[in-house]
Amino acid sequence: MHKFVVLPEGRLEQRIPEAKPLYTQGEAETEANRCLYCVDAPCIKACPTGIDIPTFIHKIATGNVKGAARTILSENLLGDSCGRVCPVEVLCAGSCVYNAWNRPPIQIGRLQRYATETAMKQTPLVQLVTPLRAAPTKKKIALVGAGPASIAAAGLLALEGHQAVIFERKAVPGGLNTLGIAPYKMQGTDALNELDAVRTLGDVELRRGIEVVEGQAQGHQISAATLLRDFDAILLGLGLGADTRLGIPGEDGPGVHGAVEMIERIKSEAGFSLGGARRALVIGGGNTAIDIAHELRLLGIDDVSLVYRRGETEMSGYVHELEYARKHGVKLIEHRVLAAYERDVGGKLTAVQLQRAQEGRGIPGSEERVAVDLVALAIGQSRATQIARAFPGVAVDARGRVTVDPQTYRTGNPKVWSAGDCVNGGKEVVNAVQEAKLAVRDMLKALGEG
Amino acid sequence: MADLSIDFCGIKCLNPFWLASAPPANTGQQIMRAFDAGWGGAVWKTLGDPITNVSSRFASVDYAGQKMMGLNNIELITDRPLEVNLKEIAEVKRRYPKHVIIASLMVETRDNWREIVKKAEDSGADGLELNFGCPHGMCERGMGSAVGQEPRVLEEITRWVVEDAKTPVIVKLTPNTGDINEPGEAAARGGAHAISLINTIKSLMGLDLDRMVPLPRVQNLSTNGGYCGPAVKPIALFMVSQIAKNAMTRNLPISGIGGIGNWRDAAEFIALGATSVQVCTAVMHHGYRIVEDMIEGLSDFLDSKGMASVNELRGQALGAYAEWGELDLDYSIKAKIDPDKCIGCNLCYVACMDGAHQCIHIPGRSAEESYQAGHYHLPTLPIPQVPVKASGGVGRFLPHVDLDECVGCNLCALVCPVPGTITMEQVPGPIGRKETWNDRVAQGRDLNPGAMESTILGRKNRVP
Repeated sequence: MHKFVVLPEGRLEQRIPEAKPLYTQGEAETEANRCLYCVDAPCIKACPTGIDIPTFIHKIATGNVKGAARTILSENLLGDSCGRVCPVEVLCAGSCVYNAWNRPPIQIGRLQRYATETAMKQTPLVQLVTPLRAAPTKKKIALVGAGPASIAAAGLLALEGHQAVIFERKAVPGGLNTLGIAPYKMQGTDALNELDAVRTLGDVELRRGIEVVEGQAQGHQISAATLLRDFDAILLGLGLGADTRLGIPGEDGPGVHGAVEMIERIKSEAGFSLGGARRALVIGGGNTAIDIAHELRLLGIDDVSLVYRRGETEMSGYVHELEYARKHGVKLIEHRVLAAYERDVGGKLTAVQLQRAQEGRGIPGSEERVAVDLVALAIGQSRATQIARAFPGVAVDARGRVTVDPQTYRTGNPKVWSAGDCVNGGKEVVNAVQEAKLAVRDMLKALGEG
Repeated sequence: MADLSIDFCGIKCLNPFWLASAPPANTGQQIMRAFDAGWGGAVWKTLGDPITNVSSRFASVDYAGQKMMGLNNIELITDRPLEVNLKEIAEVKRRYPKHVIIASLMVETRDNWREIVKKAEDSGADGLELNFGCPHGMCERGMGSAVGQEPRVLEEITRWVVEDAKTPVIVKLTPNTGDINEPGEAAARGGAHAISLINTIKSLMGLDLDRMVPLPRVQNLSTNGGYCGPAVKPIALFMVSQIAKNAMTRNLPISGIGGIGNWRDAAEFIALGATSVQVCTAVMHHGYRIVEDMIEGLSDFLDSKGMASVNELRGQALGAYAEWGELDLDYSIKAKIDPDKCIGCNLCYVACMDGAHQCIHIPGRSAEESYQAGHYHLPTLPIPQVPVKASGGVGRFLPHVDLDECVGCNLCALVCPVPGTITMEQVPGPIGRKETWNDRVAQGRDLNPGAMESTILGRKNRVP
């Protein structure tokens, strides 16, 4: 298959081994045979894309791997990624009836990956999805941002014979699926392979390094007005923006990184270096915080601690992810906030002041000095939805999320839909795919009417 | 501890557990290891003119990840010189005088039979088993099941051997026959002292779909073989019971064979009339060591039932094996699902919907949804939404049994993965007193609504 974008060799992520490698046939069939093949199964209800999980697992057990992949991919075009990156512990596997019986749940994620990856190696994706490709139409759809929402939508639109054009401001497409997934789950190259497969479904064009702007477009830009004029429909898959900073003195300078930006460099940059850091603090209590802390530890930093302003039970990150990070030596410091940075005369980060915190707020005078040489900030991401306002009728709510109809994902502009993190505030790949599916469903109706 | 020793038509044995005539009983060295492990006896791999075997020889049926639910083989009788086998029999008997060796025999002519009987007995075998069962390779040469399927031939050869033999003669029957009683009765007429059954079932195990060659594959060909293992146990139990109940054969000791792998299986065969049991596939799968569980389990079971000896168990269940016409039509049971054990998999629901009587409902559906799903009868009350305890009270509800429609077939309880969750509870029957089909026939009331005879055409043809 033609590779559209190739990541450089020598990425830090390549040093991190896979946590859950591809099952062998024997492993997959043995695990599949454990599945009870429930009816009205709770795992299906727990899957945001509604994959018929017992059916695809039954097919693996009978050796019908192609059929298993078809069951998965027909509901979730990015089923291969999702098999690896979905937090199955809180979704399908978390609701497996075996939990209720105090037996380990079925390894649904690994089985899903086995089915999709095995089948996609042998069979073109177009033969693994239904409906089959329709005759070309003259309709053109613009997709802004090349993350999971846009990729899934582009594939579904291409299958219907439409022309899908994805605009991505970065050089590397895929959004967080390429640039943000913990490497022990999936590497950027795998996400790009999936994108390449989706591109074979029909007329999918990817324009990289192009930014959508509100006013007059300069070089490497295209204006919202042009999109509205030249395309029959638009999907905004804007994702989230830059890492939030604490905004305290000494923050700007070497040694202090935004977590998302840092993960992106670990996953895409050749020769990116952690600067020989021995002691790192990660500020935050969400999944991004746990991810970067875990990755830094796996990349060889001796002492990695999460610093969270509240207690462990209040962390928004998944319990299973924290558990897994702890297994590799990540520590958690609860009820602390970062109050100040200390740098030497050369500007090198040497220490931070941590304040005790009560109900998430720092108590002045309670500072302790902690020597560190690397800080990663994972306290949230800004919104990237400013551009949404450039489309007349599209509204953004108080928390910066694009406002859509929850059934159709259509915005206030009848030609504009939106899906993914920019709508839900930051969820999983599987949520983005489902929202894109619903948006495309409505879009197809609208295009048919037009 | 209950006494496990048996007397099998005069052959005394430490316990009822014998290795069947098969690969686990191929050599003296193997059989001595088996005796060390605890086996009471062994039926030596069939003696006769040594044959040449093929490769491969075995194929198996796996089920949902479990290996060797059924095994088939295209191996023939012993491929070792007769003298070697006889020397080893003598050696084993010298070293294990309390253990039982039965010589399985298969030859063709009257003279051959006379000679091999003498040689086997001279070597010290405690008894003889006539292999009239092997359904592949030997039958094409006029032996094995070719004999077992011809009652007159079976009877004649049995008579020859009984005339010559000084030790008990056991006739081993093939199940590849329309009615097992025919060869059983022929054996009795021929003077057999005991019967063993079943031999393997004629089978084709499956296909290599890429090569389009059946299994087990011998280069580009295969052939039918003999099927055994856990899957054949019900067939064997049926045939053992038939022989145990038949007036002509009921006094002959039975050595039960077919899918026996643990003490429970053994207890079932013995309760249906067997004196000893023979094991092959389970040993081929797990080794001689399984006999420890068989001895211990059977002994503890007998103790728990207050039986001092395994002989007290023999035939205990035979009286409860009746004809269909003797079953009580008034006996009525209904499924009951335990909300504390149910995990909410709904397998009972789908089995009942598609395989039984559509009487299990998923709570929370409207009447319309229930009809759409395929129910034709709704319980009168609104279906209660009883949370499945295992779900922590959220989201999953106990499947509801519509007692009006439940026919008490057991299917839901059979498919339920959690032991003890679905029980079948007795309820007052529809008739109010015991009544069998035979009663109805005797009283001339053997006409059900909707029968052929109830139609005008049917009535015309009915003999008054």
